[in-house]
Amino acid sequence: MTNLMIWPILIPLLTGVVLLLAPKRVLFQRALSLIAGVALIVLNIFILLSIHQDGILTLELGGWNPPFGIVLVGDMLAALLITTTSIVSLPILLFSIYTIGKEREQFYFYAFYQFLITGVIGAFLTGDLFNLFVFFEVMLISSYILIVHGGTKIQLRESFKYVLVNVISSAFFVVGVAYLYAVTGTLNIAHLSERINSLDSPAPILTVIAVLFLIVFGLKGALFPLYFWLPASYTAPPFAIAAIFGALLTKVGIYSIFRTYSMIFTHDIGFTHQLLSILAALTMVIGIIGAIAHQDVKKILVYNVIVAVGFVLFGVSTMTEAGFIGAIYYVLHDMVIKGALFLLIGAMVIVAGTSHLKEMGGLIKHHPRLGWMFFTATMALVGVPPLSGFVGKLMLIQGGIEAGQYGIIAVMMVTSLLILYSMIRIFLKGFYGQIKLLKADQYGSSKGLLLPCAFLITVSALMGLGAEALYPFAESAAKTLLNPEIYIDAVLKE
Amino acid sequence: MKTNDVILQTMTNVVLFIVLIFSIFIFFNGHHEPGGGFIGGLMTSSALVLLLLSYDLETVKKVLPIDFKIVTAIGLLVAVGTGMGSFLFDAPFLSQTYDYFTFPVLGELELATALLFDIGVYLVVIGITLTIIQTIGEDK
Repeated sequence: MTNLMIWPILIPLLTGVVLLLAPKRVLFQRALSLIAGVALIVLNIFILLSIHQDGILTLELGGWNPPFGIVLVGDMLAALLITTTSIVSLPILLFSIYTIGKEREQFYFYAFYQFLITGVIGAFLTGDLFNLFVFFEVMLISSYILIVHGGTKIQLRESFKYVLVNVISSAFFVVGVAYLYAVTGTLNIAHLSERINSLDSPAPILTVIAVLFLIVFGLKGALFPLYFWLPASYTAPPFAIAAIFGALLTKVGIYSIFRTYSMIFTHDIGFTHQLLSILAALTMVIGIIGAIAHQDVKKILVYNVIVAVGFVLFGVSTMTEAGFIGAIYYVLHDMVIKGALFLLIGAMVIVAGTSHLKEMGGLIKHHPRLGWMFFTATMALVGVPPLSGFVGKLMLIQGGIEAGQYGIIAVMMVTSLLILYSMIRIFLKGFYGQIKLLKADQYGSSKGLLLPCAFLITVSALMGLGAEALYPFAESAAKTLLNPEIYIDAVLKE
Repeated sequence: MKTNDVILQTMTNVVLFIVLIFSIFIFFNGHHEPGGGFIGGLMTSSALVLLLLSYDLETVKKVLPIDFKIVTAIGLLVAVGTGMGSFLFDAPFLSQTYDYFTFPVLGELELATALLFDIGVYLVVIGITLTIIQTIGEDK
């Protein structure tokens, strides 16, 4: 029991290492990855429930007391995020088994998939800023390999940009950590929070560092004006990889803003959180412009990822309980539904043989289930009441009203409407309309591809229907974020 | 005309062992003085790179029929395994301990479990370096 908190990191790590030993045995690779995926879900749900019962769980690595050693902190937010991560990564793994191809499978695909999940889960669980950096790098280096894996021309070109942007932002991260260490003399998040919040008159340098961290995490999480690398990089790799990127990678950047802007940098809310809310609104606007402008289904979806970043960060910037609950709901919903939509669009492109909206049409004739699943996922994304997107948006609006940000709420509402337009256009043109391809011409079938999509849509529907059951979890996560003392007491044990 | 590398190869045969022994010395020294798994591993791989420079890839593969990707994986397993060793004693992950032991020739020595973790690092560094160099070196 002492070591419960390390297991969510150890399971994917050990699986990845064992998969390195026998790269050519594809069946073994698939089976072990699936078993590890299921085990991770079971374990994470168990952790979620025990945190719900006993409060924050910590693990002091090596037995060193914080702030001297590294500590893993499982608070409610981290537990919700690792549970969703494991639930989303399993169907995407299943989808990649169907679609990724023997060539890729034999060259360590599953091992790097596991290392990516190790990095993401580690970043969610760690309670130390430099350790967060290390887990960011674990995640990013695996994502560099996955984005270029297969070595097609477009992947080589886009991975080059992706690596360049991320190397620069990682360098900024190190500089930010160095500044923060020079000012406060500690890197433990709880200790940092305690030290900064106990200052009578915080130095302006802390605000500078806060903005520096916003640049770093904004680059990772695709915040306006730092989103420019995302559309091209996320359309380059195969759909299974794009799905795991779209569902998880930007969320780690968002989570880091969540953590730092609620626990560490709360000394000058007037400036930092105002900046955050303006950037969030601009992110929504720029994302939705991209989503409407494009005729390529992949691009439309990728720009919708950017819009969601804006929604969540707007919730963080309000610094109200409703805003935080809304942001937490929305980020969980978005992980699930973006995974589902990437897989559905992937299946759609496989069936239609093209990703251009003008060249497809009438798919619903031969693929009714795919079509209606896509419709349901679109409705969930927009936030139609019984599905998962609704509660998050409702709470975000409530939080916005409490903070008096009416302008941004208006932007949010219009953006939501335009999301509906951008996605329903895919449904109307791609699934309805004139049939462009005869059944005989269609590439492959969508047979195995629908199962993972159906799984994710079911999860999304359950999240919407069971919003009442999920509420205490989100509420307790928001409470911890708004009252850092709970977190500090749990970690430093004072 | 084929160049004659007799001086280079003879010197390599002598120097190789000096570098290898020095790398192992550095590796074991890490607990109390500068050194450790990373630098030790780099130095061992530099000895193997010297071998690659003076002979060719095929010869080195014949002398050392090792798949360095497997070495990396084993190194990772060792490193994670030493962390998990603490599970047996109900201590937190990555806990370490040390004790003094008396050996027949060497006398009393301090042995720490951190050394086991360092072996993992050492193997990973060797595995990664040589995988990179062999992959770039191969014409294909």
